[in-house]
Amino acid sequence: MLTLVKDTLTSQVVTLWRVFAHLWVKADTVEYPDVQPYMFPRWRGRIILSRDPDGEERCVACNLCAVACPVDCIALQKTEDEEGRWYPEFFRINFSRCIMCGFCEEACPTNAIQLTPDFEMAEYVRQDMVWEKEDLLIDGTGKYHDYNFYRVAGKKIGGKDKGEAQNEAVPVNVRSLLP
Amino acid sequence: MTFEVGSGLSIAVILTTVIVVAAMLIWVERRLLGFWQDRLGPNRVGYFGLLQVVADMIKIFTKEDWIPPFADKFSFVLAPAIIMSVILLSFSVVPFAPGVGVVDSNIGVLFVLAMASLGAYSVMLAGLSSDNKYALLGALRAAAQMVSYEVFMGISILGVVALSGSFNLREIVLAQTDGWYIIPQFIGFVIFLIAGVAESHRLPFDIPEAEQEICAGYHTEYSGMKFGMFFVGEYLGLVLISSLITVLFFGGWLGPSFLPPIIWFVLKASAFIAFFILMRAALPRPRYDQLMTYGWLFLLPVSLVNLLVTGVIILSTQ
Repeated sequence: MLTLVKDTLTSQVVTLWRVFAHLWVKADTVEYPDVQPYMFPRWRGRIILSRDPDGEERCVACNLCAVACPVDCIALQKTEDEEGRWYPEFFRINFSRCIMCGFCEEACPTNAIQLTPDFEMAEYVRQDMVWEKEDLLIDGTGKYHDYNFYRVAGKKIGGKDKGEAQNEAVPVNVRSLLP
Repeated sequence: MTFEVGSGLSIAVILTTVIVVAAMLIWVERRLLGFWQDRLGPNRVGYFGLLQVVADMIKIFTKEDWIPPFADKFSFVLAPAIIMSVILLSFSVVPFAPGVGVVDSNIGVLFVLAMASLGAYSVMLAGLSSDNKYALLGALRAAAQMVSYEVFMGISILGVVALSGSFNLREIVLAQTDGWYIIPQFIGFVIFLIAGVAESHRLPFDIPEAEQEICAGYHTEYSGMKFGMFFVGEYLGLVLISSLITVLFFGGWLGPSFLPPIIWFVLKASAFIAFFILMRAALPRPRYDQLMTYGWLFLLPVSLVNLLVTGVIILSTQ
């Protein structure tokens, strides 16, 4: 009985001291709204649509992002301008469904759709979670500064004929015998 | 109106201060618990979260004050009133400083013990009248706990009473001018501390409420201001026990004269309040049969031996 009491008391006193010593331990709390956390550049956050270095929309409305999206939160409609460039007539992301998986970014052949480190996307109205192209489109190039799909792609559009793209040879004339 | 023992002004000031301090403890406790658990605690409302108390009060005052249809209405309403009144009444005999107090009673110690015993009725009535199994279990545990701690609680103070030769708390403080009773009555102090925790239903002896086991025990069915009275009553009990430990064992308002007596009292009592909160942060809760075994088989004999030895020493030195 006495040893039990002694052991119990000792253990209680030691516990009390150890807990009291935590007064000098820095709190683990992240004081989030007051102190902003460091967000890594590759963080998968809010989705944007970027522009190429010429300031044109990068998106060619190929629908690969919408197909890749596991929750089907991307909706878009392809259209063409007078030069033959494809672009989305509308481009809509429902962020209340989006799971920030980044599959759309991986699927995108033109680096148009990109995920950014912004995570503060709470809204008071559910409808505000649906972002249209005007909300998604930014003025810059995002993570890839030099890439311009129509400059390197072989597709013929107004102002750029076959063989005029960067690093592209003039097409071989299969009907000519000349080497 | 003058500020002296028993004047109307004195009563009003003490009553207000004690209740405000008890309410502030809601914030103090959450903040300190936060620090001891490597968190920050409530710090959003006002400077350092000081206005958290105001927010809590607004919440508790505006909540629906609901009496269950199956409850016994009279005793259901009576129970929270009892705990507030008996603890506030106990404060009437506490000597805060020379000239600060409500009554200069020559049976102060007995009065406090009597009020503590009455406080147990509040818990039992609350548990019984709620007609709820958890509340009943809480009341059952409260009754079991009360029988086990009240006995040695009284006996542990008797050493102090014997040394000072008085039941008057004011004279007990004055008798400690040559040395605080913590030194000759250390065992009595430890036992009174343990009994005090059980008396104010604080962790580790919050067996009657035991949130993790029986919801909130005896106040499971309470809401709104009635719950608030239990809540503030618990903090009042904490302030009372800290004040009593200060008065009985740590020389009350006595201290070096560079600070006024009332400040010394407040400092000592605050240290004990912080210690009680530390106990809540650190210690696990025993089963109530463990508390009873511990009380009857260990603390009661020890307090009796302590009283006996104190008596022998007093008689042999006379």
